[in-house]
Amino acid sequence: MSGASGTPSPNMASTPPRAILGDYATQLWAVAGAEIAKLRHDPLDLFTRAVQPVLWLLFFGQVMGRVRGMNTGGLSYEDFLAPGILAQSVLFAAIFYGIAAIWERDLGILQRYLVSPAPRSALVAGKAMSSAIRGLAQAFIVYLITLVMGADINLDPVDVLGVALFIAMGSALFSTFSLIIACIVKTRERFMGMGQVLTMPIFFASNAIYPINLMPRWLQILSHGNPLTYQVDAMRALMLKGGTSALGLGLDFGVLAAITLVFTLIAGRMYPRMGA
Amino acid sequence: MTVSEAAQAQPPAIETKGLTKQFGDLLAVADVTLAVAAGEVFGLIGENGAGKTTLVKMLTTLLPPSSGSGFVAGFDIVSQAAEVRRHIGYVPQLLSVDGSLTGYENMLLSARLYATPHRDREARIREALAAMGLAEAADRLVQYYSGGMIRRIEIAQSMLHRPSVLFMDEPTVGLDPLARDAVWEHVRDLRHRFGMTMLLTTHYLDEADSLCDRIAIMNRGRVVAMGSPRELKALVGPQATLDQVMEKLVGGETAEMGKGGYSDVRRERHTVTKHG
Repeated sequence: MSGASGTPSPNMASTPPRAILGDYATQLWAVAGAEIAKLRHDPLDLFTRAVQPVLWLLFFGQVMGRVRGMNTGGLSYEDFLAPGILAQSVLFAAIFYGIAAIWERDLGILQRYLVSPAPRSALVAGKAMSSAIRGLAQAFIVYLITLVMGADINLDPVDVLGVALFIAMGSALFSTFSLIIACIVKTRERFMGMGQVLTMPIFFASNAIYPINLMPRWLQILSHGNPLTYQVDAMRALMLKGGTSALGLGLDFGVLAAITLVFTLIAGRMYPRMGA
Repeated sequence: MTVSEAAQAQPPAIETKGLTKQFGDLLAVADVTLAVAAGEVFGLIGENGAGKTTLVKMLTTLLPPSSGSGFVAGFDIVSQAAEVRRHIGYVPQLLSVDGSLTGYENMLLSARLYATPHRDREARIREALAAMGLAEAADRLVQYYSGGMIRRIEIAQSMLHRPSVLFMDEPTVGLDPLARDAVWEHVRDLRHRFGMTMLLTTHYLDEADSLCDRIAIMNRGRVVAMGSPRELKALVGPQATLDQVMEKLVGGETAEMGKGGYSDVRRERHTVTKHG
């Protein structure tokens, strides 16, 4: 009746690489798929999160649009602002992703992940993908709103897919960063403070709401070390009619991909220790 | 099946030598050496802070040991942690299901984490849910489950990949007697069908008495007695109960050293609330 107890199955060691890759994808999808299910059960969150970007576009955009002398590369300020605010709304959601991870740890759900054979990097990549999915769903709503508000949006399907790619990458990047912070601070209370401290500099030391050439020299240097700058640069080029990339799409992509990879590897090492 | 026959035919399902865990000054698990035969039901009993959960966490690879060695299903818990995880199921003391997902979605999450073959997935999930008496509740959000149902789905989740060793940490804590009975009835049924080795910790001595082939009594991180319930009771005298054995071996000593402090009580109460 028993049979299997205690004896390792002999085929484990000789699993072909393709099967390992397939398993990895399945395990990554386990985490991301659960996130989609949660979104389906409770989509309200997406709409409440769309309120803030609308206010930025409506209030801040309309007022600042009257300021002359901002070199926005031939774009109206409202148009210039739209990709920045879209990136910001995704950033704000992603940067607090670590809270959910701490919450899962406190509840005990994390143990279910950690006791499974899923590689730790697959768990973290799954979290990053969850955040990307949430970011995309949220971006879709903000996109519609900017359209309704009359921004000069480029609807070429390839470019729209490009915007989606950069939203997903930015969301993955900042959520893994958030996960690393969560592993360091370990409690929700401390994280709340950290999240506030981190979002503002990331947002303001970037090209999201003003062009970099308007900044003092030191802030320009800071902005060039900020991944959000590369994300917004690419989105501005792809999302708007007549938008151009100041830094080059290739560089934008390379910087975001490299940082996301490094963060995923770091988080993959730190995440399991959070459960202990 | 007879346990002794199985024990002779196979290597131990769980084996530890001098397994020790130290948290700062606190010796949570001290020099534990034990062997659990394949197919055996082994109980760990002892007061809060006796080291039961820490021992289980080391065996399930969630905590690295400070010294000593441990093998589960023939694999080293430190150097072959991934293989150990593949062969064990773990029902933690803390809540480990996600309340914002349905029962089925929670099962799907587990099936994917264990990379259960795609073609078997649906059937296995339905079968496991049915075996735990949860077929009807499969599509309801787990946050609306009763405490007993939550425990049962956690057991179903940890059995999905047909582990050869199942760890259960206080599986019936906080449940009313009726729900406790239902949990054990289902666990007994599982054992009949799959014959896996089980290691469980419990506060309820009557449960340990009626379920376990052998019991280890822990106090202050050490195993102070080990044997079948009958052997243990014989230490005290004829007609003795396990309570009297505990009384004699552990006595009025309380193990209130660090563990069992505020955060533990908070977690435990939290668990109880969730499960009650």
